[in-house]
Amino acid sequence: MAEESIHSEIGRETSGHAVFPPFQSETFASQLLWLAISFGVLYLLMSKVALPRIAGVLAARKSAIASQLDDAAAMQAKAKDASDAHDKSIAEAKARAQALAQQARDRLAGEADASRKSLESELAAKMAAAETQIAETTAKAMANVDAIASEAAHAIIERLSGKPAAADVVAQAIAVAKQS
Amino acid sequence: MDPIHQFSLSKLIPLRVLERDLSFTNSSAYMLLAVALVCLLMIVFVDRNAKVPGRMQSMAESAYEFIANMVREAAGESGMKFFPLVFSLFMFILLCNLIGFIPYTFTVTSHIVVTASLALIVFFTVLVVGFAKNGTHFLKLFVPSGVPIYVLPLVVAIEVISFLSRPLSHSVRLFANMLAGHILLKVFGGFVVLLLGLKGLGALAAVVPFAFTVALMALELLVAFLQAYVFAMLTCMYINDALHPGH
Repeated sequence: MAEESIHSEIGRETSGHAVFPPFQSETFASQLLWLAISFGVLYLLMSKVALPRIAGVLAARKSAIASQLDDAAAMQAKAKDASDAHDKSIAEAKARAQALAQQARDRLAGEADASRKSLESELAAKMAAAETQIAETTAKAMANVDAIASEAAHAIIERLSGKPAAADVVAQAIAVAKQS
Repeated sequence: MDPIHQFSLSKLIPLRVLERDLSFTNSSAYMLLAVALVCLLMIVFVDRNAKVPGRMQSMAESAYEFIANMVREAAGESGMKFFPLVFSLFMFILLCNLIGFIPYTFTVTSHIVVTASLALIVFFTVLVVGFAKNGTHFLKLFVPSGVPIYVLPLVVAIEVISFLSRPLSHSVRLFANMLAGHILLKVFGGFVVLLLGLKGLGALAAVVPFAFTVALMALELLVAFLQAYVFAMLTCMYINDALHPGH
């Protein structure tokens, strides 16, 4: 009944100036009730549904990003290993090739050396043979020289003196000429 | 033209229970609208499987992380138990403030009974948690360390009064800001209409209050966000007091 009278009083005043609405105490009960209902519903929905869900979404995204970063790092490490292995195999191949080349060079150098030596010794033998031949020829020629010289001397003396030359004198002269 | 009329309640569905008026009013409708919008943003727009969030989901996630960081910084990791409460308070107040900006709507937070209820929820949460977690140790909150014994009674009295007046300042700050902002907007808007009613130069002068209204609108938009932020921030700090009363 009391509320009714307040209401009518307010009703009369509304035409002029009413009680300031935020201070109208008869509206408090309704506002409190509906605030309790709406805020209660909001709190329940937020704490039980919305916030755990968003927390899950954020956590899932964080872990997805982290795992993808890990994958990328693992991939990078694998790529680096592969490139290292590649570098190593190249280095090994290079070393092998160098060894092979060195071997070939050594072998070729040895062969060349051997053939050179055999050629040299052959040539030396040929040279020695030629030298002995030359010496023989020289000796033979020298022996012939005596005969030719004495013949020439005999002929010259006969032409100059008109009489044959004494053989022993000519031989002696030739010997003397040969000496000098 | 009456700047106060925007705050009056109208019964949409009259309801009386035990001699009490529990009618579903425009205020109730806007409360439910705010709750529905928050749920739309935080539940409907959030796709659990989205690797890359869309615009709405980004907004929801930003709101989540904004409040989560606020709680974590102000009340520590143990304060995260109250994250749903702080988040609900922030979003509810923010949405009520923002909805109130649309002309012809009703601003739920411009009624002291609503803001006081929200502040009392925080106040009693702090009391209950403070005593449940720390027992009588919670009373240390009123006895700052390192104060000489002869000024201690005075300091304790001040601390107790400031603690008890917390729900008052907590609620009146939001209520008064929203109330004053909306009255101011309405008054300047009224000037525009009044001057436009005049002929000639008077109608031209309406530009001035109109410019004021535009500027005020921007300011009030800031206030709407800021008051929700301040309310949530203070809630975090009070909860921090309840969890760590030793300062």
